[in-house]
Amino acid sequence: MQRDTLVSFEGVIKRFGGFTAVQKMDFEIKKGEFLAIMGSSGCGKTTTLRMLAGLEAPSEGTIRLSGKPINHLPTWQRDTPMVWQSLALFPFLNVRENVEFALKMRGMAKAERRQRAEQWLDRMQILEFADRNVAQLSGGQRQRVALARSLVVEPEILLLDEPLSALDAALKVRMQSVLKNLQRETGITFVYVTHSQSEAFSMADRVVIMSRGVIEQIGTPQEIYGAPRTRFVADFLGSSNIFTGKVLAASQSMVEVETPDGRLALGGGNLPIPPRQGDTATLTVLDTKTHLSVSRPTGAANIVPVRVIGEEFVGATATVYLETAKGHEIRVQKSHDELAGLPLDIGQELFVHWAPTDSHLVAEA
Amino acid sequence: MSSEAINRNRAVDWSLRAYIVLSYAFVFAPIAASFVFSLNSDRFPSIPLGHFSLEWYQAVASDPLVWQGLGNTLVIGVIVGVISTLLGFGAAYTDYRYNFFGKQVYLALALLPPTIPVIIMGLAMLAFLSRIDLSGRAISVIIAHVVICAPFAMAIIRLRLSQMDPALEPAAWNLGASEWATMRHVIVPFTKPAIFGALFITMAVSFDEFAIAWFVSGLNETLPVKVLGFLQGQVSPRINAIGTFVFVISMTLVILAQVLLSGRTGPTAADKE
Repeated sequence: MQRDTLVSFEGVIKRFGGFTAVQKMDFEIKKGEFLAIMGSSGCGKTTTLRMLAGLEAPSEGTIRLSGKPINHLPTWQRDTPMVWQSLALFPFLNVRENVEFALKMRGMAKAERRQRAEQWLDRMQILEFADRNVAQLSGGQRQRVALARSLVVEPEILLLDEPLSALDAALKVRMQSVLKNLQRETGITFVYVTHSQSEAFSMADRVVIMSRGVIEQIGTPQEIYGAPRTRFVADFLGSSNIFTGKVLAASQSMVEVETPDGRLALGGGNLPIPPRQGDTATLTVLDTKTHLSVSRPTGAANIVPVRVIGEEFVGATATVYLETAKGHEIRVQKSHDELAGLPLDIGQELFVHWAPTDSHLVAEA
Repeated sequence: MSSEAINRNRAVDWSLRAYIVLSYAFVFAPIAASFVFSLNSDRFPSIPLGHFSLEWYQAVASDPLVWQGLGNTLVIGVIVGVISTLLGFGAAYTDYRYNFFGKQVYLALALLPPTIPVIIMGLAMLAFLSRIDLSGRAISVIIAHVVICAPFAMAIIRLRLSQMDPALEPAAWNLGASEWATMRHVIVPFTKPAIFGALFITMAVSFDEFAIAWFVSGLNETLPVKVLGFLQGQVSPRINAIGTFVFVISMTLVILAQVLLSGRTGPTAADKE
């Protein structure tokens, strides 16, 4: 689906004194998409959101909203409401007054803004609490008030700064589907900042992964999960095994890499620019794409002898932790059925193997 | 029983109770004595007491000098309270909102006046105000009292602002409120209990303050200065009547401030989640 661009960051840099929080950022946000910006703390994701909200001005570059540069537009003149990590509800106003706030600031008449506020409270299923003090609400209810307060102006874009971080796990999952449905129904562009992979991947149409002020990868959750572009992304997602070595042979369709754990191959059409012989290369394989066997498999390309060092139960699947002769940790994730026949005692010697087409080259960066 | 009971020593409990009773007795006995003797018919405070009498209150109430002093005190107190609270609010908000070079020095200077000995302050005020031809008037007392009261107002309002979720103000801007609208619709409502608390406390400070007022008031004496005048002439039980009256007003203001500052003021940044 081709969508129009709503926001564009063009060479945006943000410095705080001598510290560069965001380095030369170029990317676009499409109209009506759910975009998650993900990274660990200090990666620049919140700064990026605050620049979009008008709470920080870029040091260099241009931010455009619907084509118009907004670098120096004060936040109260933009329609970029934000849902805050602390929610920042006004404690001296009741629920209805909180939701009416933005309309009051826009000079809307009392009767009309009351009606609009109540529509949104109803939509968020908290109309019955309209006259309560915000301190009397539960975490999930306050979350809904914060959403209603931002959405009542019916903006084109809604910014969310880790809004679910204070909720318990079950409520978090429930609010994720509330958010996702809300975004789908309203068609409002959501920009969602989080450090949580599960939040980003379960809700977003596209995910931006940032590290130290740089965008490491932008793509759909499937793209990023299936083929992390850089070593950082592979490490950050934590679902890939990573090997580094020297390129022995390289062609358009097949690369062979000599790693401390043995000779590994990858190939099958995912090599836009093949590396040169002698280069250092890093390749990854998802822990769900690796297989285990007791005896050395015949005919497989990538075989690494390992020892079992542990096993972790993860709901429907289990993760087996293994170690190569060189002490490199490898993870294999399988369903309980698939693991049923295997001896998994600690110290047990096994073989890990996978198909060359399941390997990907990543940039070291 | 609860662990509370088995982990307590009766001797410690009782000595702590006695300690509290004695402390309060030490603080309040003179005030209570003054109150009791203000209702006593005898000319000199002595035990046994004479009979119950309101004559000293009547004597005070019929003295035009007392009314004049009280009028000065009240007018000055209200004006000082309002000006100090406005200045204190501005100073506290500046501290809350901005970071700038020399902020520590700014804070130290802003909070300094109450630490200066009042005699020094009174003399300095007299010397300065007489030089600019402002001594011996009601406005002299107002200026001098604002100097010592504004830091109290600032400290009280600053404490309240420190309890505010730092996201509250930017959240209001983000919802379309300009800086002025945010001041009016968010900062002032949030700080309101502290603003009134500061108003009452600064009024009480001005109402009680004697030393500086004595130096700069000239003929516009406030009530505490008048009281000293009475004492110098003769020891009269009227002092007890005035003392009781002043005590009641001051305590009322302080208690009002206490209620506002500790009462239900909604959730703050600290007790969220």
